[in-house]
Amino acid sequence: MTLLELRDIHTYYGNIHALKGASLRVEQGEVVTLLGSNGAGKTTILRTIQGLLRPRQGSIRFEGRALESLSTEAIVRLGISQSPEGRLIFPRMTVQENLEMGAFSRRDSLGIKADTERVLMLFPRLRERISQKGGTLSGGEQQMLAIARALMARPRLLLLDEPSMGLAPMLVTQIFSIIRDINTQGTTILLVEQNARMALTVAHRGYVLQTGQIVLTGTSKDLQSNETVRKAYLGET
Amino acid sequence: MKRWQNAILYLVVIYLILLLGPVAGLDLPRIFGEIARSPASLVQQLLVGIVNGAIIAIIALGYTLVYGIIELINFAHGDLFMLGSFMSLTVVGAFGVGDGASPAASLLAVLSALLLSASLCAGLNVLTERYAYRPLRNASRLAPLISAIGVSFIFINLGLFWGGLRSFFPIMGANAASPKSFPDLLPRVDVLQALGIEANIAFTTKDLIVLVVAVVLMVGLHLFVQYTRLGKAMRATAQNREAAKIMGINVNQIIALTFLIGGALAGAAGLLVGLYNNTVVFTMGFTVGLRAFTAAVLGGIGNIIGAMLGGVLIGVLSALSDQYLSSRWTNAWVFAILVVILVFRPGGLLGENVQEKV
Repeated sequence: MTLLELRDIHTYYGNIHALKGASLRVEQGEVVTLLGSNGAGKTTILRTIQGLLRPRQGSIRFEGRALESLSTEAIVRLGISQSPEGRLIFPRMTVQENLEMGAFSRRDSLGIKADTERVLMLFPRLRERISQKGGTLSGGEQQMLAIARALMARPRLLLLDEPSMGLAPMLVTQIFSIIRDINTQGTTILLVEQNARMALTVAHRGYVLQTGQIVLTGTSKDLQSNETVRKAYLGET
Repeated sequence: MKRWQNAILYLVVIYLILLLGPVAGLDLPRIFGEIARSPASLVQQLLVGIVNGAIIAIIALGYTLVYGIIELINFAHGDLFMLGSFMSLTVVGAFGVGDGASPAASLLAVLSALLLSASLCAGLNVLTERYAYRPLRNASRLAPLISAIGVSFIFINLGLFWGGLRSFFPIMGANAASPKSFPDLLPRVDVLQALGIEANIAFTTKDLIVLVVAVVLMVGLHLFVQYTRLGKAMRATAQNREAAKIMGINVNQIIALTFLIGGALAGAAGLLVGLYNNTVVFTMGFTVGLRAFTAAVLGGIGNIIGAMLGGVLIGVLSALSDQYLSSRWTNAWVFAILVVILVFRPGGLLGENVQEKV
């Protein structure tokens, strides 16, 4: 079943034409990755899906419902949450409060409590830091908090923007194994990554984005063996 | 190079303060002599300072809340408070209660004034945000600042106009611009005497009521911001508006809520100043507002506890200066101390400085 479908999306930053007719699909239960170099429009796609940017043209459907005219609040309430690029942790709020903000769109206090427990199981480090201010966490801990906070919305589609950015290799492996766990527990994921190698190991399918257009798509296996991908994104010659 | 500049800056500041000392009558032996002769008057001034400071703090909260959430110095806030005091005076006038009215009638008038003044200021503040600041939210930071100065002029003139409506509100008195006397509606029972404490200190139920109301408002705000869902959303929006949006927080609503709360506090402060000082005037928004703004900066603008601390500190300093130096130098002292604190702690006393990792 198709969870999310973008058709011919055009998004602008002022006069800059950032997305030039991007189309993609995410099926229920999948991990889909968006690959591409800096400025290709990966983050723009996530921001457009969440209503932080408005497409000038094209349609976005989530479970058949049109998103392009909904507010971000409404989109989060429908079940799309994001761990944004740069993490954007609330620096002077505790880890606990950051998690509560992740659940802002929900009113079921019992469910929120259960989900807090669930994300703390996924990220035991956050339990140790539960009453520490977000701004005092290390980069890796902040990344974990950003993902945990996004999970607190109990999303049906989780958008992850560069979860490996600025992290030590060991932490990257750890974060990706948690991403796989989140997916096996039933959450569909749209993953934006610069680290194409890691992304293709957890993703089922992928799209390659170049200057605002999808230029290539396929299963992770296909992409891993594709000549262009190997050269441009996997650093092989 | 930087260090040299700093050293010169410090020297200038210290020189100015040394200069201010003899000019403004900072004669320590005389002051200590006076305190030794009459310790009660020191306590008296501290009490007066705390009560006045608590009112200043409530106004300062309006500056700090708004700055915290949209980084705007809302120059119109002091004048909003002035309009609150005019609203209170109008309501009290409509109830026809004067000095020495019966407690029941006074209570009813005061509660109505509180409700209407707080509602008026909250509403005006929300409208100001909606029509004068929100359209400029993505403009350069100077634009909303100038807009705020414009709103301030509008409010001042509104106050002047309102003060001239003698035919509708006789309580406004003959002259629009002159200070208007606010009926003395709070009971004046000597609290210390009632408690059986013998001291030459005047602390009446009037002081107590104003202090208690101010403290209740401050504690209430603190609890709201710290522990409720909307209060936390306010903090989240203040710390990272983009992230707050991503959480599904309606940022426009939260900013409007912040103006609503700040406005309601200004309205309450307008009533308290009227009841406590028994005079209100249309220029009060500037004079009192400037002190409240100073209090907010002193405590660390954007910081709620800081605004409370700054308010009380300025109230106490002013009272001490009035008593032991000279009241005409009080403002000079208040601002000298502000300068010194900002030189050594640019973020204010409680200005937070948590490093944000990128």
